[in-house]
Amino acid sequence: MAANGFSGTRMAKWLVSGPPLLYLLVFFAAPALIMVLASVRSPGEFGGLAPLVDESGRLDLNTESYVRLFTESVYLQVFVKSAWYALLTTLACLALAYPLATLIAKSPKKHRDLLLLLVILPFWSNFLIRIYAWMIILGPNAALARMVNGVLAWFGAGPVPLLFSAFAVLTCLVYVHLPFMVLPLYANLEKHDQALLDAAQDLGANAWNRFWRITFPLSLPGVYAGSALVFIPALGIFAIPDILGGPDDTLIGNLIKQQFLETRDWPFGSVLSIMLTVAALLLAGIAAWVGRRGAAGAARA
Amino acid sequence: MALLEIQGVTRRFGDFAAVDDVSLAVEAGEFFTLLGPSGCGKTTLLRMVAGFDLPDAGRILLNGEDLADRPPELRPVRTVFQSYALFPHMTVEGNVAFPLQMANVKASERPARIAAALEDVRLIGFGKRYPHELSGGQKQRVAIARALVTHPTMLLLDEPLAALDAKLREELQVELINLQKEVGIAFVYVTHDQTEALALSHRIAVMNRGRVEQLDEPSKIYGFPRTKFVADFIGQCNLFSGPVTANEAGTVTVDVKGLGPVRVAARSAIAAGAQGTVALRPEKIRISPSAPLDTPDNHFRGKVADLLYMGDVTVYRVETPGGTRIEALLANSQSGRAKFFEVGDAVETSWHVDAGHFIAE
Repeated sequence: MAANGFSGTRMAKWLVSGPPLLYLLVFFAAPALIMVLASVRSPGEFGGLAPLVDESGRLDLNTESYVRLFTESVYLQVFVKSAWYALLTTLACLALAYPLATLIAKSPKKHRDLLLLLVILPFWSNFLIRIYAWMIILGPNAALARMVNGVLAWFGAGPVPLLFSAFAVLTCLVYVHLPFMVLPLYANLEKHDQALLDAAQDLGANAWNRFWRITFPLSLPGVYAGSALVFIPALGIFAIPDILGGPDDTLIGNLIKQQFLETRDWPFGSVLSIMLTVAALLLAGIAAWVGRRGAAGAARA
Repeated sequence: MALLEIQGVTRRFGDFAAVDDVSLAVEAGEFFTLLGPSGCGKTTLLRMVAGFDLPDAGRILLNGEDLADRPPELRPVRTVFQSYALFPHMTVEGNVAFPLQMANVKASERPARIAAALEDVRLIGFGKRYPHELSGGQKQRVAIARALVTHPTMLLLDEPLAALDAKLREELQVELINLQKEVGIAFVYVTHDQTEALALSHRIAVMNRGRVEQLDEPSKIYGFPRTKFVADFIGQCNLFSGPVTANEAGTVTVDVKGLGPVRVAARSAIAAGAQGTVALRPEKIRISPSAPLDTPDNHFRGKVADLLYMGDVTVYRVETPGGTRIEALLANSQSGRAKFFEVGDAVETSWHVDAGHFIAE
């Protein structure tokens, strides 16, 4: 009876977790493996990959693409620049999302759903269309650019283009990723116990100390989750710098896209992609680890 | 001058007066309890003293100073919350250190202060633990240590034992009494538990519907309730109401419907014709198979309608022919004897004039 029950639950477990597992195997693990394999092969003469076994019958596997990545500093510079843009995006999102999430969490219950809906409203229109919309907003003839340049002219500074610049890329990165910071922060802040803030105030804490000593440390799991959700996609993005960036705003995502679609050097594209995945996994791992420690602290209620 | 003076304080929520023109004073070193059913305004009153709520009318004075303009963080009183409200991301030491840090106590002085506070609540050796590693009773002690560490003028306790089981509650009650004696500061204690209030307090304010019904020592509250509400809320009580038919030599006779004339000692100059109530504790009533030989002033025959055997005592509900129920309590002190009467037994209930307490209406 007990054994039956056990094997029964086991069966049910496989039935439930089997399909998604299979999906991940076929569409994530297998392509990743193919990419690893491609990274140690030679580029084909007209793009794609050279045959695995060359004319002399030798297995053609090499680490040339890896050597290239680590010897030509321009690629590592792009990596650093991508990480820098992603970091700036994360910090800006955090600075904007924290007050917003607090406001939503503290607003009356009946208004919260509406406010959350407004936060995710941008998802209702296409990602690319929203990026193109920024082209219009930041364009040279738009009100914003005229105003900025008008003010600059006052101080005798020359006109600056807003579009096709680091400013445009970062602005749009923050805009696109902001909801991913707001939602986990809200989910965390909404659960905070008002009695803790009352107790802190009763024990002599002013508004700043109540925030800095109680609210903020208890919100760290939300901060970590939101930061991971913003930083990792921001690290690999290519559409935004492609459309809104200038020539200096090539990020790692653009580089990978170039290797596959323009230069047609698949092995090197694979190497860049693998490095990006490793970096993202590493950061996600760190975030999860720190987040778990923070969550363990927050669970101590 | 009293330590805390509450003068004509009213707090309204819409049309509802949660606290309705309350005046009372708490002396230094006193264990003062606000007792009442939920919604009687006791917690609202406590929150106004702590500063989390402000009165719509009236004044709250501490050491003669009006607290109206002081936010909670600047009032020299500390609150122990029912939910403990310990900071989950800080250790026990961190929690107790918090008010010291907020008061800018020198870092070098803190360890000794923390140790002393933890010693007061018998929690030495628990400093490095986190709140989730503590039992309910231990959490409560941390909350008290944290509130006492800055030596406040007064401690406010909002149903601090409500979340604990009965046995632990009793243990902590004894500790609270000792602690209060030891630290010597005034405790203002809020509870809906009348036995807790009687056991702990120097004085009790019984509250009902935002008003103080009676403010007295525990024995006076129990023995001489001023209103029917107080008599009924504190312990078990038989309440016999009716018109007063005579008042002779300090003995009032109340004509109780379904029972007959009940005679009770009263010091009040109540005139015949007025309405009144005789409050009578079940343990003051004698119950016997036949009329007692000394024939006390009040005796009524009846049948045991039902009984509650509670181990140490048995509560008998005796129904008179007129349909009135008299609750009498008998200690089961005789060994080997579970109860004296069974349901359906014909019995005689009796009590002396001074067993009851007269409440004028």
